[in-house]
Amino acid sequence: MSNTDFVLAIEDLTVSFDGFKAVDALTMYIDKNELRVVIGPNGAGKTTVLDLICGKTKSTSGTIKFKNKELTKLPEHEIVRAGVGRKFQTPSIYENLTVYQNLEVSYPVGRSVWGSLTFKRTTALQKQVYKIAAEVLLTEHLQMEAALLSHGQKQWLEIGMLLMQDPELLMLDEPVAGMSAKERDQTAELLNRICKNRSVLVIEHDMEFVKKIAHKVTVLHQGKILAEGSMEKVQADEKVIEVYLGH
Amino acid sequence: MKSLSDKLLGGKQGAVGLAILALLLFVVFPLWLDLFRLGLLGKYVTYAFVAVSLVLLWGNGGILSLGQGMFFGLGGYCMAMFLKLEASDPVSTKIQTTPGIPDFMDWNQLTEIPWFWIPFKSLPLTLLLVLVVPTLLAFTIGYAMFKRRVGGVYFAIITQAIALILSILIVGQQGYTGGVNGITDLKTMMGWDIRTESAKYILYFANAGLLIGCMLLARYILTSKFGMLLLAMRDKEERVRFSGYDVSNFKIFIFCVAAMISAIGGAMFTLQIGFMSPSFVGIVPSIEMVIFAAVGGRMSLIGAVYGTLLVNFGKTVFSETFPELWLFLMGGLFIAVVMFFPDGLAGIYEKYAKKFDIAGVVSKYVSKVSKKASKMIGEII
Repeated sequence: MSNTDFVLAIEDLTVSFDGFKAVDALTMYIDKNELRVVIGPNGAGKTTVLDLICGKTKSTSGTIKFKNKELTKLPEHEIVRAGVGRKFQTPSIYENLTVYQNLEVSYPVGRSVWGSLTFKRTTALQKQVYKIAAEVLLTEHLQMEAALLSHGQKQWLEIGMLLMQDPELLMLDEPVAGMSAKERDQTAELLNRICKNRSVLVIEHDMEFVKKIAHKVTVLHQGKILAEGSMEKVQADEKVIEVYLGH
Repeated sequence: MKSLSDKLLGGKQGAVGLAILALLLFVVFPLWLDLFRLGLLGKYVTYAFVAVSLVLLWGNGGILSLGQGMFFGLGGYCMAMFLKLEASDPVSTKIQTTPGIPDFMDWNQLTEIPWFWIPFKSLPLTLLLVLVVPTLLAFTIGYAMFKRRVGGVYFAIITQAIALILSILIVGQQGYTGGVNGITDLKTMMGWDIRTESAKYILYFANAGLLIGCMLLARYILTSKFGMLLLAMRDKEERVRFSGYDVSNFKIFIFCVAAMISAIGGAMFTLQIGFMSPSFVGIVPSIEMVIFAAVGGRMSLIGAVYGTLLVNFGKTVFSETFPELWLFLMGGLFIAVVMFFPDGLAGIYEKYAKKFDIAGVVSKYVSKVSKKASKMIGEII
């Protein structure tokens, strides 16, 4: 299959670390405006899949097509510029900068050396920062140094930084890890809001949270897909219960 | 939105700080110090260029280069080669076997000027090469390192090794470089004697002016989006990369800018002191310059300049009285600063002096005085 309507088409993707196949002939498609959740036991290869898509890890074989554009050969920054944003597992923000600056740095204008030297702070940028800050519930903390935010707020800030780039595919690695119950609910609402005009790929362990957000769930096990479908279907799957949900 | 002047001066606080430094360099020191002491100060000011470059590179970019001495030295050597060629005219070198070439070449049985010395016959070309040669070297090193994502300690060690290699190369190639003695006996620049008192004053002021210019350039870079990205890269390089930036290009650029600023300092050193030698290229000067920046405050352009001046002043005073103890003292100073005052003098100022808002008081006082003065002038008229 060459060209598709899918936002992301992963076919026969394999990565081998010294013979150990962390991801093994994986094939997966993500639709426009879909919110997909990938679950699976530890070591299933979930984070590795995100690493492969965003270029952090190079694949051994297989293809990853984003809007029919091959990603496997592109350097990381070009993949981002193509429209793929990725949030890391531990909140990865610039602690020394203010919340406002964190968002401003992520604005996708002035990305070259020269562009950043001649970059002017426009009202469009300002508007975008305020809009995103409101989206991720950080309006009151814009002038605060990011290091002083709570853990949950840092997670939101990183999501906000990605939203500044307005990616067509947003990948989130355990976005609610370490969050309080209330923060989890707020994050679920946030994700349901932001997947309106983009595709979102989420890795998560918290099944309650997954139920709230997932359109479709993919279960990974030992680098392969064990099951895929709606939450109910996956939860009823005997293989899934055995390797993952059972204990 | 920030205006250009704000970007260059770094707001009111920065402008006042810079004005005070300029006042010291241009008015207070020249009036206060005799020519000998002023010459020493001029030498320290040339080191301050390197400290400023390290604030950009290390303080803000988190890239520790332990080889800034090689850029300082290369800038200095480029300038020295021009001056040496001018000093080696056939008349003053007529006792040599081959008149008209630098003395050390004659001692090493060279009979003509090597090809890479020829561009240094021209002053405009020399001034260009002072900037271009160190920047090209920095680009080559930077490209090789940063594209391969070499960073942190590894980068520091490699720059140190390259600085060592360069100094060994210069010492070893005596016929082409003047060897361990360096390039000495520099006399005139385009017929203008650089050893006279008036020349020394002119060069001192040119040097101070260039330093302020470099600081403005550095400030512009730091207040632009580039500066914010430097801080971001220092903190979370991966996040910057996965926000769509080609991190290596930014690192290469700032490494090149730092090399160029250091080279200007080196060229001014040669002009003021009248020689250049490999002892300014190797590991020891490179590390000393990191200490200057650390003591002054690696995040602060102005702090780094004061740090350089103070440490060197200390060096002069202490090494006159306890020459053998100085190195230990300097090492101790570095350890103490890193352990207790990681932001150096500038950090101490931020912490304590800002409480009393010295800069605010000064600027208030200045505006008061100027208001009074204009009122008085108005009354007189």
